[in-house]
Formats: sequence, structure tokens, C-alpha cells
Amino acid sequence: MAEFRVCPDSGFYFHKSAESLMKVNAVAGIVALLVAGILAIGVVLTRWQEVHLLPADTFYMVLTGHGINALIFWIIFFEMAILHFASSTLLRCRLATPRWAWAGFFLMLIGAVMNNVAVFSGKSSVMMTSYAPMQAEPHFYLGLILFAVGALIQVFVFFGTLVVANQEKTYEGSVPLVTFGAITAAIIAVFTIASGAIILIPTFLWSIGYVSHIDAEMYRVIWWGMGHSSQQINVAAHVAVWYLIAGVLFGARPMSEKVSRFAFLLYILFLQLASAHHILVDPGISTEWKIFNTSYAMYLAVLASMIHGLTVPGSIEVAQRRKGFTKGLFEWLRKAPWGNPVFSAMFISLVTFGFIGGITGVVMGTEQINLIIHNTIYVPAHFHATVVTGTTLTFMALTYLLIPVLFRRQMILPWMARLQPYVFGGGMTILILFMLGAGTLGVARRHWDMDFTGAVMAFEYPAIAYTLMAVGAIGGVLAIVGGAMYLTVAVGSLLFGKKLEPSAGFLESFIGKALNAVVYTTNKPEVLQRAPKLQEEHTGSFEAPGTFALAMLLLVTFVVYYFINWKYLASVWPLG
Amino acid sequence: MTSFMPPADRVWWKVPVGRQELIWIAIALVWCIIMFLMMPLWHVYGKQNLSTEAYQTTPAKFGAKVEEMISQYKVGEEAGLPVVAPPAGSDIYMLGRLWQWYPVLKLKKNQEYRLHLSSMDWQHGFSLQPDNINLQIVPGYDMVLKITPDKSGVYGVICNEYCGIGHHTMVGKIYVED
Repeated sequence: MAEFRVCPDSGFYFHKSAESLMKVNAVAGIVALLVAGILAIGVVLTRWQEVHLLPADTFYMVLTGHGINALIFWIIFFEMAILHFASSTLLRCRLATPRWAWAGFFLMLIGAVMNNVAVFSGKSSVMMTSYAPMQAEPHFYLGLILFAVGALIQVFVFFGTLVVANQEKTYEGSVPLVTFGAITAAIIAVFTIASGAIILIPTFLWSIGYVSHIDAEMYRVIWWGMGHSSQQINVAAHVAVWYLIAGVLFGARPMSEKVSRFAFLLYILFLQLASAHHILVDPGISTEWKIFNTSYAMYLAVLASMIHGLTVPGSIEVAQRRKGFTKGLFEWLRKAPWGNPVFSAMFISLVTFGFIGGITGVVMGTEQINLIIHNTIYVPAHFHATVVTGTTLTFMALTYLLIPVLFRRQMILPWMARLQPYVFGGGMTILILFMLGAGTLGVARRHWDMDFTGAVMAFEYPAIAYTLMAVGAIGGVLAIVGGAMYLTVAVGSLLFGKKLEPSAGFLESFIGKALNAVVYTTNKPEVLQRAPKLQEEHTGSFEAPGTFALAMLLLVTFVVYYFINWKYLASVWPLG
Repeated sequence: MTSFMPPADRVWWKVPVGRQELIWIAIALVWCIIMFLMMPLWHVYGKQNLSTEAYQTTPAKFGAKVEEMISQYKVGEEAGLPVVAPPAGSDIYMLGRLWQWYPVLKLKKNQEYRLHLSSMDWQHGFSLQPDNINLQIVPGYDMVLKITPDKSGVYGVICNEYCGIGHHTMVGKIYVED
């Protein structure tokens, strides 16, 4: 029986099992995003002090659910789809052990549901970090453990698929760059999940009474081995998707395979003790340990992101210039397809991730500067720039690409899809910038009431802090609208979009109904050839001057903002 | 398109890298090394560096030390909490618990104190406002830092690590007098 189909528009091969797994993982992720988005309404409208929608207990429950569904379930489910895409589809290879992959998926699903049940029962409002000794219900931890085990199984299916592709020689030469990036993400995922197991399993045993004590500091150190590293999975995955989109939309080729792959490798080598960033103002951690483990003496993981920051848009610029958009520094960018949501979402993601997420992350991860930022609302502002306008917006871009290619549906409401990246990215950027400001004024994160109602001691934030939070919240509302637009287009297209060719249809692929034999035409896809060689060689001149100018702008912003924060630090009480 | 196809060159790692990328990598690397150097340099030349002094403790032991300080140096009460004015240079204590910072401290400007912080129950966040100094307070650990308040005034201590339903009522106070 033939097992592969080839997408007539994109030329991608889809293996039947891999295709179904991509679909279910992506859909499960999108459902988690829907939950997270609904909860975001409660978070935003409560932290907008003039609205102050929810009572305290509901707010903390909603905030816990928002964090876990957005940061863990949405992103990791979607990443599983990306891993299967980057292995099976890009390498034209059958999926290794599809049954194991399904088992992994169902474990993740059970875990995600179990954890949500615990959260919405109201007795596990412990925030995503669930810092011991504050205790959640046992099935809160068990849900996360099952989810992680399921993810690990799917990651190993990904590795298995790479081995099969290699053995069966489905491609020539080395794996494509996008697959290389996905391998990076998967390797970091293994480390991440191991850290999670080391801390969550004892914590689960503690919650049911088999372990008497969990040291609060140990919990923080190991938990962040999972919590921070999982964000590095996201970075590696969304950078890989940036390269994919640059390739699909522009026919862009990496400026240098060596440089881009080297940068991915740096992520693996220099991220691993990233939990250091989260314990900079904790008791008893030595200075040398903190300085070394946040930077490894030269911030090579930051360097890696700075490299991708040049080479991703640079590859687009080179491709555009080859097409004749050569006027001035920026004609290539002006004439880019800004009306195509795949491009606009990806490019907004690139810019906000670099300029806001990256810079603020390095600044607050500096040993001493963390003193003026730790646990303020600056922190969620930073990670909304990395995982929301960075990862989530990139995954939205990929969804727009996959609706016709993977799901074989025509996108509904194209005007809404065109607007969506701007509404979502714009709203989120407003939220982020104003929350950064409020954090600089000391506004606390994870905090129900800026007025401190009921406190025996009085403290008042400056009036401007309220203004910043209110404007940020308006941006948040806009972002929620943008998120709803995404869900409308994505879910609507899957359910009601015009079918692009006779195929199994969306729901049928889930229940494993026999598929139309016409769709799956081959058992052996053509071997994936190397990319054609370029005629012209490197001339030695600057191939992408516009990108270089943008990179220099990033650097100047970075340097100025970095030293402003040192200046601010110098103004607080001397301590040592 | 090569981003999702195998590299055009079989030995892709021997293809020379363009000048533009090399220049950017060099600049970025220099900047990364500068950022690294700033941290040790600030330990030498800067005044805001977190001490690494800490001891394992228990809520009972730490609580006893707090009470000892209060009995020696109590100067009044505010909203039911003792106000304590320990001498400059001494060991001073503040504990976090559900949901208060205890006690209220009265300090002298430009004098150094050894501030001990710990939690009696869950994790808390010591956030000195409006100066904006933020520390993680972890149960079982006595965190010691030398502080030198260099501006007089009334400072709020808010909790910025989520600690349950009364988290937002956890506000303490430090007075700094000339």
C-alpha cells in the first residue's frame, strides 16, 4: 500500500503516519493556545488596575492555567509537529515506530488534561513554576510528568526517523539546515525533560507523602534546568522555522551553511546551566558560579542568536537582490510580501525577538542588574517578547504555511489572516514595552492588587506605574483580539476551508479511516537531492548591506540599553 | 531553498564564509566578551554586588534571632508590628511569612548593616520600593547582605514572589533617617 503523498503546490512529501501525527499534535497545541488565550483575558483585565476584573483566588488560578497552557502545552505540542515535519517530511522518510509516537502523543494529551483538571479545581494555583514548599495537588505534578514522558517518546521517534532516513538513504549529503535546527531543539529537549524528571518526580512523591521534604533552593536550581532550557528548545525550533519560511517564500539559501549550523551548535553547547539566570538573587549562590554559568565567559549562546539575527534576514536579502530588488539599502525589504501572513508574522517575530526579547533577556540575566529586575513585571514582559512575539508568532506563520500544504485546505477569511500578524504582534509589542516600563518602576509580577488592599502597611506605586500598566493592558486586549483572529482562521480553515484535492478530510485522519488510495501515490519518494549549486560564487563584497545596517542598529540599541541599566543599578542602595 | 534541502556542497564546512558574516561575528563576539567582563569589573568598581553569605537555618532558629533583636532594640509599634532601631553596624533581621514582613526596621542613613533575611514558610520576594532592590527569600536559608541605605525616607517592602491568596497584603516597611 502506498504510504506517501506529494503536495502538488510545495513538493513536500508526507508520510501517512507522520502526517496524522503532525495534524493531531498541531491541533492539540492550538486547543491549548485557545485555553491560554481565554485565560489571558482574565489576566490582562485584572492587572489593568482600573478594571480589576477577577477576585484574587480566581486570578491566581487563571494565571497558573494561562502560563502552563501557553508556555508548555501549546508550544511543546506544536514543536512535536515541527519535529515530525523536519524529519519525515523534509527528509522524505517514513516515520519510525508510529505506534510509539501515538503512545507519546496520548500520554501528552492525558497529562495536559490531568494538569488542567488540577488547576481548574482551584487547589493547584501554584503558578507554572510551582515553587516548593507551596504544594499543588498530586495530579498537577503527575500531569506534567506524563506530558514530559510523552514528549520524550516523540522526541525519540524523531531521532529514530533520522536514523531510518540515514539508513534507507532517502537524502543525499548532509541533513538540511532546518532539520539540523530541529535536531538542536530535540537534543535540548532531552536535557530539559531529564531536568524536569529529576525535580518533578520527587515533588510528586512529596505531594502524596512519600518524601518528607523538598529543599526550596534545590527545587529552584533544578526546576529552572527545565524551565529555562525549555525556552531554548523554542528558540532553536523557531529559528529553524524562520530558515524554513525564508526558503519556502523567497527560495533563500543560507548565507553560509557552516555559520548557521555552527550557531545552532552553540545553543547546545552553551545553554545547559541556564537555570543560573533565575537564581541570581537567591541565597548562597557563589558569585563565580553565577557569572560563569550565565555567560560561559563570552555569552556564546547570545552570539548564536546574534548570528541568526544576521543570517536569516540576510539570506532573504540576498535572494531578493538576486530577483532585482537592488535599489538602496532596503528595497528588498519594502518589496517583501507584507500582505502574506506567513512572511509578516515571521518578520515581526524576528524583529521583536531580537530587539526586545533578546536584549532584555541579556540585560536581566546580568548578575548584578538582576537585583533591580528580579520578579518585577519586567520579567513577563521579557518572556512575552521571546515566547509570544518570538515563538508563538513564528508558529502562527508556520500554521498559515501548513494549512494548504499539510491539511490541504484553502485558508478562509484571507483578509483576516493578512491583518492578524499586525494586530497580534502590534498589541503584544505594546503590552511588552509598557510592562517593561512598569517593571523598571518596581511593579511586581504575579500580583493581584497594585493598591495592596487590606495590607496593614501602606505602600503606593507612583501614578505613572498605573498608566503604564493600563496602556500595556490595552495592548494586551489587542493581542487577544489578534490571537482570536488566528484561531478563527486556523480552526475555521481546518473545518470549513475548501478541500484542495480529494483527500481524507480533517476529521477522518484522526480516526484512522482507510484513506483514499489516490492521495497516497508512492511508497518510495524520490531521493532528496542536494540543493543546486549556485552559478556565481562569493564576490567578497557585502551581499546583504541592508541587513548589516539593521544588525548594527540592533547592536547600538543593545549597547545603549545595557549601559542605561548599569547606570540605574548604580543609583540604588550600595550593598555587598 | 537550501534551508530545507541538503547543502549544495558535499563538503559544506570547507566553503569559505563571506566577509560580512565574519565581520558581524567578530563585532558580536567582542560585545559578548565586554558584557562578560562587566560583571567581574562591577565587583571591583561597583557598589551593588550581592553577597554570597548564607546559612542553613530553620524557621524556629531564625524566628528566635528576630525576637532577640526585637527585645533588645524595640522603639515602638506600628500597625501591631514592632518597630526596631538596631545600632549601626549590627546584625539586623527581617523575616517573611504569610503574609507580612516582620518587624519594621528603623535605620540610619549612610550606615552599614548586616541584614539577615529568611522565610518562615513559603518562598517570598523581598522587593524594596521605590529603590527597587529585589531578592528571593527562600525558607531554610538565612541570607546575609551588607546594606548601606544612602537616601533617607520611608521604604516599602513588598512581596514579589507569589505566596498565596494574601500575597498582595504582604507589605513591610523600612525607615531610613538622617
